Amino acid sequence: MAILLNHVNYIYDEDTAMANAALIDVSLKIPDGQFIGIIGHTGSGKSTLIQHMNGLIAPSSGQIFFNNEDICDRDYNKKNLRARVGLVFQYPEHQLFETDCFKDVCFGPKNLGLSQKDAELRAYTALKQVGLEDEYFYQSPFDLSGGQKRRVAIAGVLAMNPEVLILDEPTAGLDPKGREEILGLISELHRKTGITIILVSHSMEDVADYVERIIVMNRGRVTFDGEPKEVFSHYKELEEMGLAAPQVTYCMQELREAGFDVDTSVTTLLEAKNEILKAFMKC
Amino acid sequence: MSKMIQTDKLVFEYIRRDEEGNVEGITRAVDEVDLSVEPGQFIAILGHNGSGKSTLAKHFNALLYPTEGEVHVDGMLTEDEEHLWDIRQEAGMIFQNPDNQIIGQVVEEDVGFGPENMGVPTEEIWERVDESLRAVRMDKYRKASPNHLSGGQKQRVSIAGVIAMHPKCIIMDEPTAMLDPNGRREVIRAARGLNQVEGITIILITHYMEEVVDADKVFVMDRGRVVMEGTPRGIFKRVDELKALRLGVPQVTLLAHELRQAGLPIPDPILTRKELIDALKKLRAEGYML
Repeated sequence: MAILLNHVNYIYDEDTAMANAALIDVSLKIPDGQFIGIIGHTGSGKSTLIQHMNGLIAPSSGQIFFNNEDICDRDYNKKNLRARVGLVFQYPEHQLFETDCFKDVCFGPKNLGLSQKDAELRAYTALKQVGLEDEYFYQSPFDLSGGQKRRVAIAGVLAMNPEVLILDEPTAGLDPKGREEILGLISELHRKTGITIILVSHSMEDVADYVERIIVMNRGRVTFDGEPKEVFSHYKELEEMGLAAPQVTYCMQELREAGFDVDTSVTTLLEAKNEILKAFMKC
Repeated sequence: MSKMIQTDKLVFEYIRRDEEGNVEGITRAVDEVDLSVEPGQFIAILGHNGSGKSTLAKHFNALLYPTEGEVHVDGMLTEDEEHLWDIRQEAGMIFQNPDNQIIGQVVEEDVGFGPENMGVPTEEIWERVDESLRAVRMDKYRKASPNHLSGGQKQRVSIAGVIAMHPKCIIMDEPTAMLDPNGRREVIRAARGLNQVEGITIILITHYMEEVVDADKVFVMDRGRVVMEGTPRGIFKRVDELKALRLGVPQVTLLAHELRQAGLPIPDPILTRKELIDALKKLRAEGYML
């Protein structure tokens, strides 16, 4: 079991008049190797939740375990934890700072105490994993396109060799093709290395296409937790939370209402296409 | 009547420098763009990251000046310094991150900032704050602190701040990029309302194809040039060309496109769920089978 949250509560500004509960009784099991999506409206507690997972925030009450060790323990090695649970923040390219891409990616592993040679090896592998072409390695990260910068920033986290990779809105602000590239890359990474991936997203279509499990946060609580099909079948409740289902799910609902014999639990374009074609083949 | 925005062979170049300040080269971000926007239109601009959309948009309220060519806003040349403040009042701008454009401690104070700077009499400022907040349906929050609002609400407060200056045109540069689905809906609904009810010209720059289907006209940019121009229906027919430009089409349009390729005779293009459902119902009524 990679990460386990046991009745976690978190209150911002506890003991003041501004006290505000951001997480309420959150219990979650994140097994090794899962590809998970977290959705929720702005302010639902998603970001607070993921910051607990690598010990950036300590819970007000409750426990968090990583590989069966309590990370809130005084003696627990937090620095080590942050290498093993990598967190890619929103707009991570704002954190690039070195004079060239390669040095920027070396920064993390060097801080872990690796030798120059090992750090460079890690950086090389990570930049290859995110598909950055060799010709950009020694260019300033600031001369790259938005999508490329973001890939360099993700490589910076991958170079720490994390067992769990958490990404907060990795596609925000990118054009459609850029979104597809980043998500394709993450899914490829999951397939090849088997690391656990946790993807926070506002795009229901993206989440439906890629993840195997969805966790829905609402007002600090886990409201739904299951396979995409199961979670999106609650589309009415999701709408009340400011979320939605993928467009194709609505299409299927409306077709069913119009008397077509189609499966309404569809969440991806391919499934929708096959269902509709099937409806025109029977009789 | 003069055009709301008109550009004439607009070119914008910037000089790239290395760390010592030596010139490395020149990048042409906008390349001979001729474009005109009629008053009252809802315009969308699409294009991949780095295609020049935002640079172009910054010319529409004189934040940038052309290297070559001219830009007219409501008949005024943007380079004419005497018109600068008129242009900035007539053409308001909304940016991607709501946190970068809200300055007031209280919502009503933030919305009143623009008209106050314009020298509007106090009484009228309050009237404008009222009507602007009502127009984006944020009147309930007038005494709230912006810190306690959601992203979509903050973005609507930013829009109210622009409306309070009584602009003829609002330019929105990816106003929904950082918002959740609900926030996106709220902002787009507010933009459409302002266009239809108040007749304000809207220029929307976005990466979300779904937000474009109701626009009067769409411009698609690539490498600083306008490479496609037309109605959403005309543009979204060209699925393969859009993909080659790193763009896409709404998910229903893509679904319809794939169904068509699989042999179902569905009209091209489909822009909304209702159109798709209606087309499929019609096929069924005709007894169509694959």
